[in-house]
Amino acid sequence: MDYQKLGFKAGLEIHQQLDTKEKLFCHCSTELSDKFPITVERKLRAVAGELGKVDEAARYEFKRQRTFFYKANPETSCLVELDEQPPESMNKEALHIALQFCKLVSANIVDEIHVMRKTVVDGSNTSGFQRTAMVGLNGKIKTSKGVVRIPTIQIEEDAAAPIDRTEDTVTYRLDRLGIPLIEVATGPDIKDPEHLKETALTIGRLLRVLNVKRGIGTIRQDVNISISGGARVEIKGAQDLKLLPKIAEREVIRQRNLLEAREELIKRNASVCDEIFDVTDLFKETKCRFLKNARAILAVKLERFSGILGREIQNNRRVGTELSDYAKTQGVGGIIHSDEDMKKYNIEEMDAVRKALNANREDAIVLCASTRLKATRALRQVIKRAKMLLEGVPEEVRKALPDGNTQYLRPMPGASRLYPETDIPPLVIDEKTKDEVEVPERPERIMARLKKIGLSDELAEQLFSSKRLKVFERIYAKHNADPVLIATTLENTLVALRRDGVPVENISDEALEELFDLYYEGYISKEGIPDVLTTIALNPGKRLRDMQLRKMSEEEVRERIREIVSKNKHLLKQHNPFKKIMGEVMKELRGKADGKLIAKIVKEFI
Amino acid sequence: MSYSKRIEDELKKKGIKIGDRVKVGDVEGLLMPSPEITGNPDFLVIKLDNGYNIGVKFKGKIEKSSTKEPQRIKKEFEYEVEETHAQSIPKCHDLPMISLISAGGTISSKVDYKTGAVYPSFTSRDLFAQVPELSKIVCFKELKTVSEVLSEDMCYEDWIEIAKECAYQINDGAGGVIVAHGTDTMHYTSAALSFMLSGLSKPVVLTGAQRSTDRGSADSAMNLICSAHASISDIAEVGIVMHAETDDSYCFFIRGTKARKMHTTMRNTFRPINDYPIAKIWPDGKVEPLQTYKKRADGKVKADTKYEPNVALVKAYPNSDPTIIDYFVKKGCKGIIIEGTGLGHVPTQNKKYSWIPHVKEAVNSGVFIGIAPQTLYGKLNPDVYANGRILAYEANAVHLKDMLPETAYVKLGWVLGHTKSMKKIKDMMLTNYAGEFKERLQPDMFLY
Repeated sequence: MDYQKLGFKAGLEIHQQLDTKEKLFCHCSTELSDKFPITVERKLRAVAGELGKVDEAARYEFKRQRTFFYKANPETSCLVELDEQPPESMNKEALHIALQFCKLVSANIVDEIHVMRKTVVDGSNTSGFQRTAMVGLNGKIKTSKGVVRIPTIQIEEDAAAPIDRTEDTVTYRLDRLGIPLIEVATGPDIKDPEHLKETALTIGRLLRVLNVKRGIGTIRQDVNISISGGARVEIKGAQDLKLLPKIAEREVIRQRNLLEAREELIKRNASVCDEIFDVTDLFKETKCRFLKNARAILAVKLERFSGILGREIQNNRRVGTELSDYAKTQGVGGIIHSDEDMKKYNIEEMDAVRKALNANREDAIVLCASTRLKATRALRQVIKRAKMLLEGVPEEVRKALPDGNTQYLRPMPGASRLYPETDIPPLVIDEKTKDEVEVPERPERIMARLKKIGLSDELAEQLFSSKRLKVFERIYAKHNADPVLIATTLENTLVALRRDGVPVENISDEALEELFDLYYEGYISKEGIPDVLTTIALNPGKRLRDMQLRKMSEEEVRERIREIVSKNKHLLKQHNPFKKIMGEVMKELRGKADGKLIAKIVKEFI
Repeated sequence: MSYSKRIEDELKKKGIKIGDRVKVGDVEGLLMPSPEITGNPDFLVIKLDNGYNIGVKFKGKIEKSSTKEPQRIKKEFEYEVEETHAQSIPKCHDLPMISLISAGGTISSKVDYKTGAVYPSFTSRDLFAQVPELSKIVCFKELKTVSEVLSEDMCYEDWIEIAKECAYQINDGAGGVIVAHGTDTMHYTSAALSFMLSGLSKPVVLTGAQRSTDRGSADSAMNLICSAHASISDIAEVGIVMHAETDDSYCFFIRGTKARKMHTTMRNTFRPINDYPIAKIWPDGKVEPLQTYKKRADGKVKADTKYEPNVALVKAYPNSDPTIIDYFVKKGCKGIIIEGTGLGHVPTQNKKYSWIPHVKEAVNSGVFIGIAPQTLYGKLNPDVYANGRILAYEANAVHLKDMLPETAYVKLGWVLGHTKSMKKIKDMMLTNYAGEFKERLQPDMFLY
């Protein structure tokens, strides 16, 4: 595809959690919880923003009238998360990290930070808004396809994470709410789907030199995409960078197909009737099981739409799917439309429905079965979306699906979602403060340094992306030796142990430093490192030095080996006795003495 | 707005007004007013096209922008309620008729650019527009604003005005009254109304909000909805109806003389003290009585608002200076409530700190001294310890059983408005007019 010709425009919004000790507006820990003993039940309402408008997205959520349950753990949430106490002042550590990022991308730090409330009534914020503030403007990064502008850098609080949904309720966990994030937005300078991935990677690497959280869910990217004649669509929840180009490609295809469908509809002079018909009675004797049990079956007529709803617009997704997505927001299971195979549903009443709606073969029919209220609301959405088909591509927020397709999520929020957070006074960042923020070492320099001390490209990359980079640097600086051993221990060995079920999350950076101190003092052998790590992991809180590690003298080693050899004399007669004896000896002495020394002594006995 | 003179001059010169699209350096957006108290007058507040505000240090230059603002940003500064709701009071369809009195507070507040904080500025009409559900429960006879202050700025004149308005509305046909009020001193007002509304035959419900109404999580909507249900219930008492739990589950109807704000920030801040709630009120209209109460009846209400404001509320505590009593007496105070320690004590034995001579002198000079529990929970008893007996029988202070200090303070002003006779004052202070005393306390009333 010629993306330039298509008028492809894309921008990214990257949200990165910061690894601060406390949350952005309270003193709760930013670690996550695994138990949630407290449950609170709430409702949210739509309210007007500073400019007086009720935001479209907020109104939409309010109409759904859902109940929200919040699960809390006292370690990771307090009255602030529960919306029972005003926020404290902004976390200094988080602000510092955000300012560092501004410097990394040469953005202008704002003179005075105003915390805003961004209306969010999907329940993911107990307050009904997310606190967010602009900290940097007009930055830029270099990519292989030219400069990508970074017009805005914000600092904000993360939202609560959903853990369960039913038709009318959503359950959230509150541990994530309030964790500091920086949001980095690019200009619409991204040229094609591959460039999208490259830009995301570049920004991700810049973020990783800062004190940020690492691992699944700590960085999220939203993509804005449009083509000429199409519309800006925001795609949320693309967790995997590798999927970004595919998402972009598929969105371009969807917009193109929607534009083609529009052209066809215009040609046909198609139109949408506002009337919703009750056809429940027609299905009294139906063979279709789920229609037979339905409380109400309602229908709408889309004039001269026949054949359009069945058109495929993305792999396995049809125009009808778009209508269905809108309907589903009202809590119905879905819709049935006349471009589908009615035999599949055992429906024989379509002719009767057509007759009742005064529809002919050129028209399309959409049916919805649910309670009367829900079906009415759902079909209103269908009418709304069908009318948009006549306009082209609607601006909307969509959700990324695992296969690279996208699904309608909610209307595009406007600027009217923002109004001032009056509980927090504006914060001046004076010139001196701006100057004093140190620019962190850039990713390419860190990589060069790691390679220079002898790490392979792969290992350097692994370490760069890892949260253990800092402890690596400390250990290496202290002993100035064995970079590969240190790096593989921190990366590969720990990963291998985790796979074996060892709770390596119990191993603190301090314990790792101590481990290498003891290694260089000769208390631990190279081979013994995995065992010692396991011991540390299984005894959290205990200091390694207090665990009675003792270096065996050469004589003691020789004595133990003598005993083992005499017990295993038969092995001496076998093929390759050294290997066999060594195996027996290592079973007992692994980690307690240096491997080389053991081998030397074993040889003495063969 | 309150930008520095330097900025104001420049704006004037350039003909720039608040709300104009401006360019300051490479920043472009709408010029917003500066928050007066917390804002910095030398920083221009600019609303960017994405809706964010930032402060830009004024370095002498600001221009009107020639570029057009994106369409979706409307130049509107007045609060505008969603059109469909903004119609005037909807027609009633055989719904019970009640009145709503707005007396300020968070429940009727919004963002205020003058202070950069939330400040009362909604009217009763706005409140109603914010909670359209109310129109399915009640019909509003009248929506009346009597005050637009936060509750710490309220005074006894406001209580009197609200009491008179409640009586007027009920006598004029309202089947109940809702008073929207700031929460900080709501329990003082509820106590005042409890004493002032004589012969009350309809519900008078005070309600408020702990979260401002401009946010999605505002508690005001459910509080108002439950209050509407309460106002048409058969509970003919003055009470506070607000969240019972941190959940948006149901409200308590708490007797006006037994309610107290117990938390600075939580939704369920109002608790019954030495009492059960009168009822639980669900947003769907279910009313679950938890004790006996005065039932709705016919008959006129009298606003008995005679009030003596020259009364005081003081607290006895370790090392406290008892000459505070002398001070109030000298100022012409007619009665003082002392929040006593424990069962109703004041520092007694240590000559340097003893309150006894001061209390004695005050009483001898005709000033009523009442003792209320600073523990809030439980009943006073002057007979258990010698110090209590000295205070009660030598200094002649009156122990006011389980009455809340704030209620006692409000009641004292009302009693003194009716009599100057020491004996009569004492009798009235110990008479149960509006449920201010509970004869029998139960263990589960504690921390209810």
